[in-house]
This record gives sequence, structure tokens and C-alpha cells, in this order.
Amino acid sequence: MEVIQPILAHFNHWITIFLLVAGLYVVVARGNMIKKLIGLSLFQTSVYLLYISPGKIFGGTAPIIDDKIEVYSNPLPHVLILTAIVVGVATLALGLGLVVRINEVYGTIEEDEIFTQEDDEE
Amino acid sequence: MIAHHLPVIIVLVPLFGALLSALTKRGAVAWGIALIATVLTLAATIGLLGHVLHDGVISYEIGGWAPPIGIEYRVDMANALVILIVATIATVIMPYARVSVAKELAADQQAWFYTMYMLCVAGLIGIAVTGDAFNAFVFLEVSSLATYTMIALGQSRRSLLSAYQYLIMGTIGATFYIIGIGLLLTITGTLNFVDLAARIAVTPYDRAMLTALAFITVGIGLKLALFPLHVWLPNAYARAPSTGTALLASTATKVAVYLLIRVYFNVFGISNIVGDVPVLELLLVLSIAAMFFASFVAVFEKNVKRLLAYSSVAQVGYMILGLSMATSTALTGTLVHLANHAMMKGAAFLAIGAVSYQLGSVSLERMKGIGRVMPVTMGCFVVAGLSLIGVPGTVGFISKYYLVVAAFEKGWWWLAFMIVASSLIAVFYVGRVVEVAWFAEPSKEAAKLKEAPLSLLLPTVALAAACVFFGVDASLTAGLAEAAANALFGGSL
Repeated sequence: MEVIQPILAHFNHWITIFLLVAGLYVVVARGNMIKKLIGLSLFQTSVYLLYISPGKIFGGTAPIIDDKIEVYSNPLPHVLILTAIVVGVATLALGLGLVVRINEVYGTIEEDEIFTQEDDEE
Repeated sequence: MIAHHLPVIIVLVPLFGALLSALTKRGAVAWGIALIATVLTLAATIGLLGHVLHDGVISYEIGGWAPPIGIEYRVDMANALVILIVATIATVIMPYARVSVAKELAADQQAWFYTMYMLCVAGLIGIAVTGDAFNAFVFLEVSSLATYTMIALGQSRRSLLSAYQYLIMGTIGATFYIIGIGLLLTITGTLNFVDLAARIAVTPYDRAMLTALAFITVGIGLKLALFPLHVWLPNAYARAPSTGTALLASTATKVAVYLLIRVYFNVFGISNIVGDVPVLELLLVLSIAAMFFASFVAVFEKNVKRLLAYSSVAQVGYMILGLSMATSTALTGTLVHLANHAMMKGAAFLAIGAVSYQLGSVSLERMKGIGRVMPVTMGCFVVAGLSLIGVPGTVGFISKYYLVVAAFEKGWWWLAFMIVASSLIAVFYVGRVVEVAWFAEPSKEAAKLKEAPLSLLLPTVALAAACVFFGVDASLTAGLAEAAANALFGGSL
């Protein structure tokens, strides 16, 4: 139990780290440009969890001041992540836009096939 | 009244310029808007610099919310210098942009190019001016997304590929940066640089802090193309439109270097970083590797834009070298090199852009004898090249002088030797271009060409002249850099 306790106490961080590494792995390991972007999105999304989960305080409530309430959760991470989500969406949209254009001019979205075309040109 | 709001005006003007450019849809009109916006930004920046010189540090509360709760824009000598570099380069390039962009881009894309140009400038100035770690991330992404689009607007279909690859790398870098900031937020509960510094100073330096430092270093390292995280840079610079390359090469990496300096010197405090883990020693090794490896690759590069891009990676090495020595003289060297490198790389890329405008190519083979038909353009390239080498009388010498002196002050004579040795490699890659351009017989194709149009020449000559002027009389640039270094070493912001 003493071994498991610290692991369970930080289970949110374990999930974050798993998603983070899984996302990064997909970016590195996959040659399909859409799959790479999915990995990148997963990688970015894991960071949302990194910010949000420590902001939650057990028994805490929304930060609206009231005499009866003494414990509040930290609202700052939510606001930050709202911004980060917008940034993430913009990045994904631009990335997908580029992939559409790449598909138009190269006829494929597999990186290795594109590189073979490039080698033929040179 | 307006003077009080200068810190936010320098971000808002290019931001609204971008919005208006996007609405016009016509290249010429968008160019006019961009010109007005950049000139206004430069004027506001000079006004701001005057204020900082006169009154010291300026703190501006966004929306009237006092820091550390609200976002604070904080201008001291260090970021005033960086903002001045960005605003000046963005303005100087504008006359060049009109002709070059009109030739390289399709008519319906030109307004979008200026939109991205303005967004990129707004983002870069934003990173420099903000005193809030998360706000810096947002501006980092604003400038990055604009950069990806600008690269994708390049002529060849490979531009799209380079933009995509840079998007993947850049996003990983920016995400690493917010992971680091997130860890700092969890440890200290604040995002304001000044507040962070105060709280980090009284927090024990544990593993979580070190992890945060590692994530931030790698994240910004990707953005500033620190060896070996530089692989995105040569393709991105080589395939962007000429005007875009000149802007990016002279400003984007500089702002990232500034952010790293700010985090190292003011947020963590340089004495904190010198801990059990040899962070600075690691940066020292990487920067020396960059100086030699990237210069060496540049010697064998056939595409001149790529050659200059690899040279940029090497020059970033010198900047990080100054940071990693962590003395006042070395930091002055780094900061003055930010300005000097902006001038020399700006001049070099503008000159090559002019060659590309006339010749339609930047491959070394086709540039045979181009110096004889385009003497002014290639003359500017020679001046920029001499600066890259660090010949006395050019700005490159000033930067390297400070770095060498700093190395001797530390008693690291071997490092002084390495700085000089790596400069010798620059002689080869600059020499190759100069040899082909001036000493080879012009090909039939090149002999028919004329000198580039005046609007392309003026900005190029202006930057090349600055390379010589500030190389002979460095009192202005080195003076600003020294004041900035002292401000950074003052400990608190």
C-alpha cells in the first residue's frame, strides 16, 4: 500500500504524462500527415489536464465570494486553458489547411511518398 | 496621454494593420496599410525607448488590472532594444516588399502576405513587451502561426512542406514552453515575471523547478533554432518569399533569444541556474557545436538562401555562447549581436532576394558572374558577408570582440580561440559566393541582366551601410546593449 499510495495520489499526473508521451510518439512515429496532426493535438490537449487538475481543490467551489463558503477552486487555470484551446484549434486548422494544399499539389499525404517525389526532382 | 499607452500601442498598431490588410484584398492597398502601420510602430517604439532611457523601467497595466493579477507590459532597456530591432527591420524592408512580393506572389495572395507580415510583427513585439509568461506564449503562437502561413506562400510547392514541418516542430516547442510555465504556475501560483522571480527566490530549488527549466529551455530552444533543434530552419528560410525570409531571419530568432535571456536572468536568476545540473555548460557545448557544425554545412550548400540559413544557425550559436558565459561583458556581446546580426542577415537576404528577383534563382551555379552585372546588390552582399566573418570595421567584429574579451575575462583562452577558428569557416562559405559572383565569367543568361530596381536596392544598401556605420562607431548599439545587460544583471526586473 505504501508503494501504491504516492502513485494513486498523483493519478491525474500519470494520465497527463501518458497522453503527453502518446501524442508525441504519434507525431514522431507516423508518416501520415493527418495522423501526425492528431498526435500533435493529443500532445497539446494533455497540457490542458496539466493546468486544470491542480486547480481543483476538494470541497472547493466556484470563486464567487459568499459568507458561507470558505474554500474556493482556482479559476486561473480554466481561463488560461480556454486561451490555449483557441490557440490549439487555430494551429490544428492551419495544419489541416496545409495538408489539404499538400494533397492538391503532391497527390498524397504520406511523408515518405512525398520525399520520393522530391528525390526524383533533384 | 498617448505617451502613457505606448507599450500597448506598439502591439495594437500592427495588429489592426493586419486586420485592415486582410479586409482590403488588394495587394497595393494592403502594402500601403502595412507601410503606415510599420512606420507608426517604429515611431512609437522610438518614443518608448526615449521614455525608458529617461525614466527607467515602464510598467503598463492592461485593462487597469494591477499586476500580478492582471497582465503587465514591462519595458526595460533589454526589451526596448529588441523591440527597436523588430520595428526597424520591419519598416526598412517595406519599400522592398512592394516590388518583390508583387513579382513572387499571385495577385490574390498579396494582401494575405501583408496580413501575415503584420501579424508576425505584432506577435514578435508582443513577446518582447509582455511581462507575463502565459501572455508571451499567446504572442509566440500568434507570430508562429503567421510565420507558417508566410512560408507556405512561397513560390515552390516545397514551401507547403516546409511550412507543415515547421508547424509540427514549432507547436511542439511552444507546447514544451507552456508545460514549463504550467509547472512554475503549480509551484508558485503566479505567471507575472517579476512575481515569479520573487517567489522562485524563496522556494527551494527542487526537481519540479529543474523540470520546468528543462521544458522551457527546450521549448524556446526549438524556436530560436539552437543546435541540434535547428532542422526546421534551413528549409523554412530557403522556401519562404524573399521578403518573408528577410523579416524572419533578422527578427524571429532574436526575439526567442531575448525570451530565453529573460527567463534565465530575471525569472530563475542566473545564480539559481548554476546548480547541480550543468545547464549553462550544456548550452555552452551546444552553442560551440552550432558555431562549427552549421558553418561547416554552409560551406557545402549550393542554394545561397540555405547557405545563409545555416549561417544563421551558427550565428545563433554565438548569441547563446554569450548567454552561457553569464558575465556582463558576454551578455553585452549577445545583445549587441542581436542588433548586429539583424543588420547583416537582413542585408544578405535582401541582396539574395534581389538576385532572385532578376535571375529567378538562388543556386550558386546560376549566379556565376552576377556581381559584374549587379554590382550594387552583390557589393551589399560582400559587406554583409564580411560582417558575418567578423572583419574589423564591420558590426560582426564588434559582437565577436565582446565575446572574445568575455572569454579572456573568464580565463577561457581556448574559447577565444574557438570563436576565431569558427569565424574562419565563415570565410569559406562567404568566399565561395563572392568567388562565383565576382570572379567567374558571367553566363549568357546572367550577362543579359541589369541591376535590381531602386526600391529593392535602397533597403539593401541601407542595411549594408548600417553594418559598416555601426562597425566603425558602435557607441549607439553597444551602449544600448551594455545598458540592457546591466539592467538584466541588476537582478530584479
